[in-house]
Amino acid sequence: MVAELLVIAIGAILINNFVLVQFLGICPFLGVSKKVDTSVGMGFAVIFVMACASIITWCVQYYLLVPFHLEYLQTIAFILVIAVLVQFVEMFLKKSIPSLYSALGVYLPLITTNCAVLGVAIQNITKFTGVEMSFVKSLVYGVSAGIGFTVAIVLFAGVRERLESSDVPEFLKGMPITLVTAALLSIAFLGFSGLSF
Amino acid sequence: MDNKKGYLSTFLNGIITENPTLVLFLGMCPTLAVTTGVVNGIGMGLSTTAVLVCSNIVISLLRKFIPDKIRIASFIVIIAGFVTIVQMLLNAYVPALSSSLGIYIPLIVVNCIILGRAEAFASKNSVGKSAFDGLGMGLGFTCALVLIAAIREILGAGTFAGIPLFGDSFQPVSIMILPPGAFLTLGVLLAIINVIGAKIKNKKKDTDTEKEGI
Repeated sequence: MVAELLVIAIGAILINNFVLVQFLGICPFLGVSKKVDTSVGMGFAVIFVMACASIITWCVQYYLLVPFHLEYLQTIAFILVIAVLVQFVEMFLKKSIPSLYSALGVYLPLITTNCAVLGVAIQNITKFTGVEMSFVKSLVYGVSAGIGFTVAIVLFAGVRERLESSDVPEFLKGMPITLVTAALLSIAFLGFSGLSF
Repeated sequence: MDNKKGYLSTFLNGIITENPTLVLFLGMCPTLAVTTGVVNGIGMGLSTTAVLVCSNIVISLLRKFIPDKIRIASFIVIIAGFVTIVQMLLNAYVPALSSSLGIYIPLIVVNCIILGRAEAFASKNSVGKSAFDGLGMGLGFTCALVLIAAIREILGAGTFAGIPLFGDSFQPVSIMILPPGAFLTLGVLLAIINVIGAKIKNKKKDTDTEKEGI
């Protein structure tokens, strides 16, 4: 059991990294990776929301959609659940943990349109490993997908901070050099694909 | 402004001047993920276009009825509805494409192009214009996807839409098909666009100064 969960975790963090291999959550990855501090904040917000989203969408799928044969409403149900969840988390943090709330700032509402969150919810249901995911496995997959996102965005922010002070040719400035850097980082993560179990 | 001209410029705006992918950097996830082959690129582009046109029309029709406070949620529900329809149609008629696009079909819901156009255009403009805007933006997205997919497929597999282009001696650069190739292709493409843009600007400046000189 533990070994299985470990395989799922390592798979989601390193081998099938959400950002660099599966291209989920590229918008925040490119948008919020200018500074290491903010990218850490974004990363933790994503881990938190992904964990909650995995739990709730799993319950919605198996206690609501499947018993009533409404599987075709999956996309609509999940995106609504995620939107409500993000709103709820925002209100909850504002009231109870204001310090964390102000640290996460604008990144919380942005998470609704982060395709990685919807991606993890759908992958939990449409069995990325070929078997149906149990509740615990879904949760582990959600958390490790979030950790994978955080690892990628923090590493990338570190590289970009250095790029700021380097002499980049005029036509490569801005988006092009950012994407080429991401390509190099992606090549590095490609090395983990040899780790398949 | 002449009405006909307004429609045409709205349409062209999406394809060239405000190309969602290459100029506005919206909808990056599907752009990078599905461009391993030209067929996938076309499939993804056209599915997104269909959703975009339909959602733009409906949102534009309902723009006076949707309360301001819950507009984003309403937009998302409308978009998700159309995505579900597209998903079912693809599953029924082109199962091969449907399985190769996989998870990225339901993820059209969170494509920022669609929500962005709903918020920025359809909720403020007439139905006809919104439809043209959706069509232009969608085709602009499709063109960008096909361009990137063509580069990646030709270099990475030596084929175009599955048809082999080179002889047996061609050694494919397989990194272009793998994830890093997506970042690299888009990065280099944007750099080329930057160079061309700068040249056009310089030329304009030159002609301007010449005119001043005269």
